[in-house]
Amino acid sequence: MAQIFAYILHSNGVLDDSALELLAAAKKIDDSAEVTAIVTGKGIDDVCSKAAESFKSVWKIDNEALSYPNAEVVRKALLSLLPADSIVLLPHDTFGMDLGPGLSVKLDSAFAADVVDFEGVEGNTLKTIRQEFTGQVNTHVHCDISAGAVINVRPGVFQAAEGQAGEVVDKSGELGDLSVKRKFIEVQEAEAGEVDITKSDVLVSIGRGIEDEDNLEMAFELAEAMGADVSCSRPIVDAKWLEKARQVGTSGKTVKPKVYMAMGISGSFQHMGGVKGNPFIVAVNKNPKAPIFQVADVGVEADILEFIPELTEKVKEL
Amino acid sequence: MEILVCVKRVPDTAENEIEINSEGNDIERDDLVYSVNEWDNYAVEEAIQMVDKHGGSVTVVTVGDEESEEVLRREMAMGAESGLLLTDDAFEGSDGKGIAAILKAAVDKGNYDLIMTGAQADEGYAQVGGMLAAMLDYPYASLVNMIEVGDGKLKVGREIEGGNMEVNEIELPCVLSIQTGINEPRYVGIRGIRKVASVDIPTLGASDLGLDAGSVGEGAARVKRIDYFVPEMGEGAEMLEGSTEEIIDKLIELLKSKGGIK
Ligand SMILES: Cc1cc2nc3c(=O)[nH]c(=O)nc-3n(C[C@H](O)[C@H](O)[C@H](O)COP(=O)(O)OP(=O)(O)OC[C@H]3O[C@@H](n4cnc5c(N)ncnc54)[C@H](O)[C@@H]3O)c2cc1C
Ligand SMILES: Cc1cc2nc3c(=O)[nH]c(=O)nc-3n(C[C@H](O)[C@H](O)[C@H](O)COP(=O)(O)OP(=O)(O)OC[C@H]3O[C@@H](n4cnc5c(N)ncnc54)[C@H](O)[C@@H]3O)c2cc1C
Repeated sequence: MAQIFAYILHSNGVLDDSALELLAAAKKIDDSAEVTAIVTGKGIDDVCSKAAESFKSVWKIDNEALSYPNAEVVRKALLSLLPADSIVLLPHDTFGMDLGPGLSVKLDSAFAADVVDFEGVEGNTLKTIRQEFTGQVNTHVHCDISAGAVINVRPGVFQAAEGQAGEVVDKSGELGDLSVKRKFIEVQEAEAGEVDITKSDVLVSIGRGIEDEDNLEMAFELAEAMGADVSCSRPIVDAKWLEKARQVGTSGKTVKPKVYMAMGISGSFQHMGGVKGNPFIVAVNKNPKAPIFQVADVGVEADILEFIPELTEKVKEL
Repeated sequence: MEILVCVKRVPDTAENEIEINSEGNDIERDDLVYSVNEWDNYAVEEAIQMVDKHGGSVTVVTVGDEESEEVLRREMAMGAESGLLLTDDAFEGSDGKGIAAILKAAVDKGNYDLIMTGAQADEGYAQVGGMLAAMLDYPYASLVNMIEVGDGKLKVGREIEGGNMEVNEIELPCVLSIQTGINEPRYVGIRGIRKVASVDIPTLGASDLGLDAGSVGEGAARVKRIDYFVPEMGEGAEMLEGSTEEIIDKLIELLKSKGGIK
């Protein structure tokens, strides 16, 4: 069995949640695997020690050029160190999407992304499970790993594994040339908005099912009647119907309300990734097979354009 | 600036109940409406705006079958000057690397400064752009939501977690994958599509592209979709049934008990 590596994201000395999720994913591929964690950055001794509490082996790759995780630089670093036929696990987030596909080309290995489960390895075949059409159907996808694989694992689906303590191995001296044609400049923080939905107890959250900008008014009326705030999914912000600060999800805000009303939202993992704290989730959707009904507590199969005004009426009567 | 935008024809599925066919190897596609991948519209719009400002032209390309021509025409109606349809029986069953290898062959035949893809398409791998860049040995940036043209390089913003923007400088030629929201794609009506209905769209197959048929398609794929299946559902939501009035009464009781109505 090929060696399994997990790339560890970290910031301010803290391991990202994905670190122990990738360890769990590796165990699902091969229960007896001794997983190697890869940590890149500048001045990363503390992070490496933390990773070594859970991983058998931790590769420390310390270099000025890696002080920010620019995927192009990280790729070069990994290429000079990884053995052929490695299985490399990355989180399927904005970093993994940047690094994974190109890394698999350069390693000449198989690539699968947004993997939600594994069914082990048989010979040279790694059996994975993916979802398509925002989770309406699943697929078995088999990867030929005779030349290794890069696998982007969906964040939040594997329960963090416990792991066993191990050792840090300093690989910094073995790096080759790290020059690339893409230079990181800075991170600009998202702007604050007129409401802070991260503080709201009750959210009326609007998705593409609202169909038209003019219909948003009914969402605000319902929210007002309930004493809630209005949030939304990404397409509503893309269409410039609501400000970015109201977007829930991995590329928006992480909210922790008591009650979350998902109105005309399909329930993609990037959206639900921003709903934390185990709220009571109500989903209203006209498609009875919408994946949101899998994660909601209570569901209503209805057209929101009719349902919202009626609900608002009744709430106002209270 | 010569810009190539890769576009994919995809089914519109959000509002449809997806059914799996009897063999379990595909979804029922007969009743589905196909269109351009949402992300690709943003890429084409961005390319057109860049060319309007800085000169050059936009070419749209797709790997698909004859029916994929309609998405090329749609993007040409938006303002792309020319289209390229890459189609061949030998391309069928290609995995992401197969698709990227076919696109690379088309890039090699042209002279492009910038290549754009969508951040992801219907199958959700978010892979083709990054693979194409690595095959071309061009620098790559994914999830781009801001582009400023400089001298021989671009300043690009990548949308990262929390909606923050990671700003990079990237040398041309390069490959960018475009995130939704970067612009507001223009509307195209039937009339616009009619205008480009007679424009010739060259069709290229494996031999035109100098591709060895064995290097793409099902035979070369190391990633294989075995089947589609409906996952074992957990408990799922408690579906409220009855007349709308009854449903709303039940819902209001629940909301009150959970602190949802103040
Ligand atoms: C890197 C990356 C980051 C992302 N970050 C985010 C993020 O932070 N937040 C986010 O939300 N998305 C994010 N996305 C996008 C995400 O993948 C989905 O595309 C998006 O969440 C879909 O939004 P939606 O559910 O509103 O729309 P759709 O998926 O189109 O769903 C609309 C739903 O409304 C239903 N519907 C339609 N009309 C009606 C009606 N009249 N009445 C009732 N129901 C109706 C449909 O059945 C469907 O289920 C991200 C994507 C990428 C690639
Ligand atoms: C009949 C059939 C058989 C298939 N068999 C397999 C198989 O055996 N194994 C397997 O892994 N996959 C298979 N596929 C899937 C196919 O390889 C995918 O379409 C491809 O991998 C792109 O995946 P994606 O949708 O996730 O694109 P992403 O990588 O998510 O798309 C990102 C961007 O890449 C560009 N892009 C993607 N596809 C195209 C295209 N066709 N033309 C131009 N630009 C494009 C677009 O700009 C798009 O926005 C099959 C598909 C079909 C129709």
